[in-house]
Formats: sequence, structure tokens, C-alpha cells
Amino acid sequence: MTMKTLILGAASAALLVACGGGDTAAVKEKAAETVKDAAKVAQTATGGDIRVVGSSTVYPFSTKVAQEFKNKTGFNVVVESTGSGGGHKLFCSGADQSTPDITNSSRRQKKSEFDNCVKNGVQGVVEVKIGFDGIVLANAVDSPVMNMSLKDVYMAFAKEVPTSDTDCTLRANPYTSWSEINPALPDFKIEAYGPPPTSGTRDAFVEIAMEGGAKKVDCLAALRKEDKKAFANIAHTLREDGKWIDAGENDNALVQTLVNTPTAVGVFGYSFLDQNADKIKGANIDGTAPEFENIAAGDYPVARSLYFYIKKDHVGQTPGLQEFALEFTSDAAAGPGGYLEEIGLVPLPDAERAAVRTAVENLSTYSQ
Amino acid sequence: MTETAFTSKAALKRLKKRRGTEWRFRMWGRAAVLFALAALAWLMISIVGTGYTAFQQNFMTMDFELSESILAPDGTRDPEKLRGANYRRVVQNTMYSQFPEVTKRKDKQALFALVSASGATNQIRQMVYKNPNLVGKTVTITVPASDQIDQLLKGYIKRDTDESRRKVSNQQIAWADTLKERGVIKKKFNKILFMNPDSRDPELAGIASAVVGSIMILVVAFVLAFPIGVGSAIYLDEFAPKNKFTDFIEININNLAAVPSIVFGLLGLAVFLNFMGMPRSIPLVGGMVLALRVFPTITIATRSALQGVSPSIVDGALSLGASHTQAVFQQKLPLAGPGILTGSIIGMAQALGETAPLLMIGMVAFVTEVPNSVTEPATALPVQIFLWSDSAERAWAERTSAAIIVLLVVLITMNGFAIWLRNRLEQRR
Repeated sequence: MTMKTLILGAASAALLVACGGGDTAAVKEKAAETVKDAAKVAQTATGGDIRVVGSSTVYPFSTKVAQEFKNKTGFNVVVESTGSGGGHKLFCSGADQSTPDITNSSRRQKKSEFDNCVKNGVQGVVEVKIGFDGIVLANAVDSPVMNMSLKDVYMAFAKEVPTSDTDCTLRANPYTSWSEINPALPDFKIEAYGPPPTSGTRDAFVEIAMEGGAKKVDCLAALRKEDKKAFANIAHTLREDGKWIDAGENDNALVQTLVNTPTAVGVFGYSFLDQNADKIKGANIDGTAPEFENIAAGDYPVARSLYFYIKKDHVGQTPGLQEFALEFTSDAAAGPGGYLEEIGLVPLPDAERAAVRTAVENLSTYSQ
Repeated sequence: MTETAFTSKAALKRLKKRRGTEWRFRMWGRAAVLFALAALAWLMISIVGTGYTAFQQNFMTMDFELSESILAPDGTRDPEKLRGANYRRVVQNTMYSQFPEVTKRKDKQALFALVSASGATNQIRQMVYKNPNLVGKTVTITVPASDQIDQLLKGYIKRDTDESRRKVSNQQIAWADTLKERGVIKKKFNKILFMNPDSRDPELAGIASAVVGSIMILVVAFVLAFPIGVGSAIYLDEFAPKNKFTDFIEININNLAAVPSIVFGLLGLAVFLNFMGMPRSIPLVGGMVLALRVFPTITIATRSALQGVSPSIVDGALSLGASHTQAVFQQKLPLAGPGILTGSIIGMAQALGETAPLLMIGMVAFVTEVPNSVTEPATALPVQIFLWSDSAERAWAERTSAAIIVLLVVLITMNGFAIWLRNRLEQRR
């Protein structure tokens, strides 16, 4: 008997709520009312939350600013890690309040993404550059330092390479050890763990390091002038014979793999090298070590800029939005010695930072 | 003496063979169980081994002089204005006063890095915000040490590593040791881990918002999935005509239970967010998506529980003149109850561990507040674990494991409760 009442009771109570659940608008309204009553103070203080989406590389910096901003002003910021591409897609899906206010990006917005924004009625987009991030090739700390050129990187990881500098007949990548490419490199077999194709770090590695290396091959440089598409195809395709291994998005696991496999190299963002200097060390590229100063000065060749994009229409509608952007671009955050530098962001040069700051103050929109 | 069946040579041989088969089967069974136990033990040891240290954390108890000249040079006591004051300077002064002999700018920076900058400043900020009259007074409070110092004192940052390769300098180690001797730094129970919402700083990060988010998601999922699951099972089993169409439905429900959970996330994205226009990252949508994930499990559990009830009970009820509905609801359902509840609880435990569908509806998010209702942005415990595991700082490793321990404890409790409930209800019958 008790069993029956228990089940029937649970079921009927649940059904009642569930029926309401079918009419979502009513539930939403009701819930919103309850929230208003329960937390009137919080509501008047925050209005709608500031919604940020986008790059997982910018995520740690964005969340740090969100936290500081929340502490200082009480505005609530929700930061989602969707990846750069996913972020731009959401950001440009429309102009109304249900769409994100800001998207983070570990690369510049593409023309197609910008056009999508315009098509969907996003009136103005403010582009904000926040700093640099280096991409490093690292190996275990007890292994020898690798001194490689960008060309070596291309030769090691491309699926197809030219027969020689002057003969662009492509052949499947024949190299199995680093010393075959460059006698100065150790006689380790080529084995690299890198981010998967969904990652912005992978995009940047392919576009900066692989393309940069391919350009150093004379006949490929000539090809680039004639047929950009064919060149990009050759430069961007990584080898698929097991020498390059997609290691998934978890960089901590990658660090552990490198410790266990002293001959392997890994590809990841500078902040992981910075935090794990007792376990791994970075390879010098074109004679430059992946160090903070070198990235800041622009000497380290495999560095990219990090951005975020603000929806101008939402300033004024989403309370605190511009103030959040100002906090992000303040010297205390993104300047030298700021709290973002502490967690691995490489600040912009002073003049560029001032220009970015002015753009945020005036909300100057950009176009492509 | 006549030969019985079991004394002939051939019979004895067969007997031996049969016993051998049984023995071998038992051994295989034991080996399988042992293997499962070993895998479980290995998981528990590796997680508890790295995670248990996170339940304690190093804190610093110090005097903070809330001087008016720093916080309110214009003499204001307006809480809103005081919120933006320079609390960093207050904390810096306190740290410098611990070692007055430090004068160089670089050394001062290194000394300041011993304390959790974000934690200490915000703690004082909130105190002054609540009680502006504290300005001008000196308060003694306990603030977290920085994650690096915490990791050093816990032994995760090795002292014998070359100085250039570790995040903590020799000087900082000396300072930390001195402060520990003076009793300023003390290891205490890490309340922050349970009370705080997520944070970018490992020493301030907690699972409170994720746990509340997970509870909300589970409640919504249960409220939706339980009546739908149980209702459809009862109807299909007891009332629906047996034909090709109901067979087709049955196959589909079984299929649904085996669909990868990310598919439900995509469905939720398409239907709840894009079509119905509900907001991203809210537990209401999370619960609705997981309800879809869980209800086939509940349906299947309910059906097998109903089929397990002896038909003689229903026949008896019918022969005494009960209607079909009465027989099902008053006789059959109560007997199937324990099985239904067990299935539901196991289904909910599954839902608690889901990450993939929540990814699609925007719950992989950084949320600085504990949500108050199902329509406020929230995240869930497994998502929190996922986000923490991919963060660069060393201190996240132990916190990730600690969060996993909490999740495992909740799961074990739920599954244990399911078994306890089943036993208890079966005894009462």
C-alpha cells in the first residue's frame, strides 16, 4: 500500500510539473518572477548577465577578467568555452539579446564570419586585440634542446614535401628521424603530439609554422605567387603516417606524454610551457627561444595575436558590457605586470595597447 | 555387488570431467571479479592519491591595516565607491611588513606572490563593502596562500629542482618556511573547495555552483523523465494492443537507450535553444536534455520490473472482480515498485555523470555565482572537472581529483541507496 502511494504520489506530482514544463514560456515567466522576488537586489544590480563565448585559448584570460570584474562591480559574466569558430558562429547568429555580447578568438575574424554577422543584422563589431600567445614545440626537460628552423618544422610534419629546393615534384614525406632533415638535430625518430583539427592552436600552428616553413622552400615560394590555393594545400596538410599524432585537447596529458617519451615533441600554447618548466622545455625556432621577452618583442616566429569582439548594439542594453571591455584592456589587466601576464598572456607593445584602449573607449567598429 | 551408474569407469571419468568444468568456470568467474576489483582499486588509488591533499590548503593569518589614506583618500564611506578602492595596496603593505628588510621592487613583487592576490584583495573588499566603518581600522583575517606556495608546501613543487625550472624561487621558499615557523602560514581544512563557486585561481576555486547546478539539472530531469518513463512502460506493457506498431515503438525505445549522449545534446540545441528560443547555459534546458537521455532507461527498467511480477497476482485480482486498471495500479505496480525505483536511481546516476550533451547547450561555462533558480546560468560537476583538468597551473591537478572524489562519493551514495531501497522494500512485502 505505502509503495503504491509513494509511486503514485511521485508520479502525479511530477506530472503536474511536467505538464507545466510543456508550456515553456509560462515556466520561464514564472521562474523569472520567482527570481525577481527572491533576489531583487541582485536583479537590479546586474540586469542581464554579460555573455562571452569563444576560444578555449582566450578562456583562461577572459575568466580571470570576469572574476576581477565581478568582484569590483558585482556584474555577472558568463564565459563559455566553445572554440574560436563556434564562438564566431554564435556571436554572428543575430543581434538580439539572446545572442552573446562578446566572442573570444585566438585568430582574427574571417571574412566569411564577418559577412555572416552583417547578414544577420549585427550592426557594428568592435575588434579588440588583447595580446600575444606563442606556440611552442617542446620536449622532455632532460632531452637535448632542439634547434630547428621553420623549414625543418615543415619538412618534418608535411604530408608531402618537394624533392629538392628547386624541384617541386611532390613525394610522400620520406623523413623518419630529425637528423635526416637537419644533421644538427638529434637522431630521434620524428614523433609529434599536437592539438586536433578542431583546435585554434592547430590552425595557428599550420598557418604560421607550416606555411612559414613552406615559404622557405624556393620552388614553393614561387608556387605561392602563382597559385595560392595549391600552395596552401601543400603547406597545410600534416602527415598522416603516424609521425604526427592528434593528442586531443588536454594539454596536461600532453605534458605527461612528453615526460614519458623523451624523444617525442609536443605542440601547445606558451602558458603550458611556462607552468611546466620543470618537466618540459621549448625548442628554439630560427635561433629564438620561446621565452616571454622574445614573444613580446615579436622575435619568436610562431606567435599569434589573441582577440575579442564586442557587439556594439549591446552596449547600453547589457549593463556593464563596455566597463568589462575597459577592465580587460586596462593596464592592470593586459598591461606589463598586469594580472593577465601572471597567467601567461604576452602584452601588446605600449603604442598598440593605447590604440586598442581608445577603440574600446570610443567603441570604434571595424570592417573587413 | 552390482555396478551402479557412478562406479563404472566411464561414468567416473564423465563425473571428473563435469566437476573439472565447474571448477574451471568458478575460477574464471573469480578471475573476472578480481580483475574488475583491481581496475576499480587502481582508479580509486590514483584519484584519491592525487586528490586527497586538496581537502587541505595553506592559509595565512595576518593583520591588514585598512588605512583611510589608501582606501578612501576623499573620506568617503559610500560602499559602491569603496568597492573600487585599491585593496591590492593594503595586501601589499601587509606582505611587505612581514619582511621589512625587503626593499627592491623585484623582491617585493616576489614577496607579494606568496599570498593569493585575488583572494586576499577580494576578501577585504567584500568586508569593507558590507561594513564601510572598518576603514581606518586594522583587521586580522585568514586568507589563502598563493597556489604556488600551497603546492610547494604540499611537496608538489620539488625543492631539489633547478631554480630556473620551477615557479617558486629559493628566496620565496625561504620566506614561506619562515612564515610557517612563525605560525603565519597554517594548513587547514579547505572550506573553499566546497563553499566557493568556480574561480580562475586554483586556490579560490570551489565546486559549490557546479554541485547546485547538478542538483537542479537532476531534479528537472527526474520530474520530466520519471512520469514519462514509468507511464509509457505501464501503457506499453499493460494496455497497448500487441501489434507490429507497438513492437516498432519498443525497438525504438530500446534503441534510444543506446544512442550516444552527444546526440541528445544536438537535439536539445536544435529544439530547445534554436527552435523554442530558450537561453543558453541554464539548468532547465540541461535537465530537459538529460530527461530525454534517461527516460528510455527508466522505461526499460519499469517494463522488466512489471514483467517480473507473477501473473497469478493480476489473475487473482481480476477473478475477484477488479478492473484491469485496478489490478495494474493496486496490485502489480506496488510489487514492481522496488525495481522501478532502482532503475530510476541508476538512470539519475547516469545523468549526473553526463558531460557531452551539456557541451552543446552551453553549460561548459565559467559561472561566478551559485545559481538561485533553474533559469540562471549554471554549470555541472562533470563539466567543472573537464574544465579544471585542462587548466595550466599545477594546483589544478589535485583539485580536479578532489572534484572527481566528490562526484564518485555522490554516485556511490546514489547507487547504494538504490540497493538499500530495493532490499528494504522487498523485505516489507
